[in-house]
Amino acid sequence: MHPILGNLRRLGLYLFSWVPLVALIVYLLKVVGGLGWVEAAALGTPLSFLYALACLSSWYMCRTTTLERAAALQPALAHLTAAVVVSGLWVLAARALAAGLAQFAAFAGLNRGAEKTTGLIFGLGVLLYLLGVLMHYALLAMEASRAAKEREAQAQVLAREAELRALKAQVNPHFIFNGLHSISALTGSDPAKAREMCILLGDFLRRTLGLGEQSMIALREEIALVDCFLSVEKVRFGVRLAFEETVDADVLEEPVPPLVLQPLVENAVTHGVSNLPEGGWIRLRAARDGQSLRIVVENQFDVEAVPNRRNGMGLENVRQRLETCYGNSAGLAVTTEVDCFRVSLTLPLE
Amino acid sequence: MRGTRSLTSERGKKYRAIVVDDEDLARQVLRELLQAHPEVEIVAECANGFEAVKTVTELKPDLLFLDVQMPKLDGFEVLELTGTDLAVIFVTAYDQYALRAFEAHAVDYLLKPFGAERLRLALERVPERLGNKRLGGPGLGAQLPPPTELAAEARPPAQYLERIVVKDGTRVHLIPVRKLDYAEAQDDYVALCSEGKKHLKQQTISSLEKALDPKRFLRVHRSYIVNLERVVKIEPYGKETHVVVLTSGAQLPVSRAGYARLREVLEG
Repeated sequence: MHPILGNLRRLGLYLFSWVPLVALIVYLLKVVGGLGWVEAAALGTPLSFLYALACLSSWYMCRTTTLERAAALQPALAHLTAAVVVSGLWVLAARALAAGLAQFAAFAGLNRGAEKTTGLIFGLGVLLYLLGVLMHYALLAMEASRAAKEREAQAQVLAREAELRALKAQVNPHFIFNGLHSISALTGSDPAKAREMCILLGDFLRRTLGLGEQSMIALREEIALVDCFLSVEKVRFGVRLAFEETVDADVLEEPVPPLVLQPLVENAVTHGVSNLPEGGWIRLRAARDGQSLRIVVENQFDVEAVPNRRNGMGLENVRQRLETCYGNSAGLAVTTEVDCFRVSLTLPLE
Repeated sequence: MRGTRSLTSERGKKYRAIVVDDEDLARQVLRELLQAHPEVEIVAECANGFEAVKTVTELKPDLLFLDVQMPKLDGFEVLELTGTDLAVIFVTAYDQYALRAFEAHAVDYLLKPFGAERLRLALERVPERLGNKRLGGPGLGAQLPPPTELAAEARPPAQYLERIVVKDGTRVHLIPVRKLDYAEAQDDYVALCSEGKKHLKQQTISSLEKALDPKRFLRVHRSYIVNLERVVKIEPYGKETHVVVLTSGAQLPVSRAGYARLREVLEG
C-alpha cells in the first residue's frame, strides 16, 4: 500500500505542499520562457500537479531498495535513470499540453514559448523527482522505526509476562506459609533447627529470585534449587518424605531453562507425598541418552485421591517453557503406573 | 490471662479438644500454645482425615482444630461427616476460596503461621459458638448452614464434586462420582447407589444436585438424580410418565419435567 496514495488525508497534505512549487514553476515559465502570466499559469498549473503524482511513483523503487551505505551506488544510479526517464516524459507532456492549448487563439504563442522552456522543465523534473525519492526514504525510515519500537514493546511485555508466570509457578504461597509455620514450631522445641530452617528458606528464595533473570542455567544449579526446596519440605514432613537422586556426573554442567525441575518436584510433594498418611518417595534421575538429556521425576501417590485443583498448572507451565526454549525438539511425557506418577523430560544437547 | 476468665465461666469445666493436622510440627505449635490455656484439654491428635472422623465420632469433643489440606480426607470432608455440633477452628495456610467460605459461614480460622494472640481471639469465640448446648438446648451448630455448603463454597468456581464422602458408623466411604449410578432422596437423607450398594448420607438431594456436574448428572425426578453415563434407554410407563433404565438394570421414575430435561440433554 502506498503511504501517500493509500491515505486521503496524506494525499491532500502532499498536494497542498506542492502549491508553492506550482507558483515557482509558473514564475520560472514566465521569466525564462518569456510567457505571459496567463499563459504560464495555464501551462504550469496542470503540468505541476501531473508531476506531483508522477513523483509518487518513486516509492515503488524505494521500497525494494534499502539505504545501506555499502550498496548505495546501484540504487542511486537506478533512481537517477528513473528521474531522467520520468522527467523526459514530463517534457513530452508539456509539449503536448502546449500544442493542445495553442489551438485556442488566446494561447497561440504557447507553442513557441514552450520550446524555450524545455531545458528548464527537464532540469526541474529531475530535481523534483529526486526530492520525491528522498521524501519516500524518510517515510520508510519513520515507518520502520515505529514498527521496531512496537516490536520491542511487544517483546518486553512478553518477557515480563514469562517472568511473572515463572515467579507465580515458583513461589507457591503455601510453601512459604507452611515453612514459616514449621519455623514457628521449632523455635520452642529446637532453636538450632529453627535457625537452619530459616537459612534454608532464605537460600531457596534467593536462588529463585536470581534464576528468573537467566535464560539458561547449568543442571547443577537447578538440582541445587530442588535440593534446597526438598530440605525445607523434609523438615515439614519428616520421615514421610523420602527422596532419591541419581544424576550422572557428565550431565551436571548441561544447560537447562531455569525452574523446570522445581515445579515438577513441588507437584510430587503436593499431589503425591503430602496426600499419603504414611508418606512416600520422590525419585529424580538425570542421564545422557544419545544426543539428548533425559530427566525423570517420579513420585508415589494416593490412587484414591481426587485430582487436586492446582494439578496440571505446574506441568503446563513447564511444558510451555520448554516449547519457548526448544520448539519441537524437547519433549515432556506423563505416565502413570499403579501408584507411581512419572514425568519424563527429553532435552536436546548441543 | 484474659482467655482463662472467659472460658472457665462454666463451672470450671474443661473444653475437650482434638487437634487434626498431618504435620507433626503444626500439631506441636498448637500443643505448645494451648499450654497457656488450661481450660482446653487436648484429648486426641490425628494425622489424617480418616482418623479424625473416627476419633471425633468416638470421643465427641467440644472443640476441633482442623487442618484443611490433609491426606485421604480434607478438612471440609471431615466436617461434612462429623457435623457442626462442635466448635471448629480451621487451621490452614493461604487458600483464597477456603478463606472466603470461612468468612461467609462465620467459622473461625487460623492462618499459618499464627501466634498466641490470634489463638486467644479464636478461643474467646468458642463459648458463643457452643452456645447453650451444655444446658440442654441446641448448639450454635444447629443454626449454622450445613457443612456441605461450606465445602461447596470453598471449591473454586466452576469446579464440581469429584467424590462423595459418606460415614458408616466410624468407617468412611469415598465414592468417586464416576462410580455413582444414581441418588435417591429419602427424607433428610440421600441414598447413593454405587456398585450395587446403597450408602446413606445426611444431605438434601437439591444440595447434592448443585454440587454435581450438570453435564454428567441430571435430576430426572423430584427424588432422583441419575448419572447420564449409566442411562441405557427411556421407556414409557403408564399414560404420561416414563422410566429410565440404567446399565445395572435399575429402573427409575422420570417426571414430566425430568423427561423434557433428559430429552434435551440426550438429543442435543
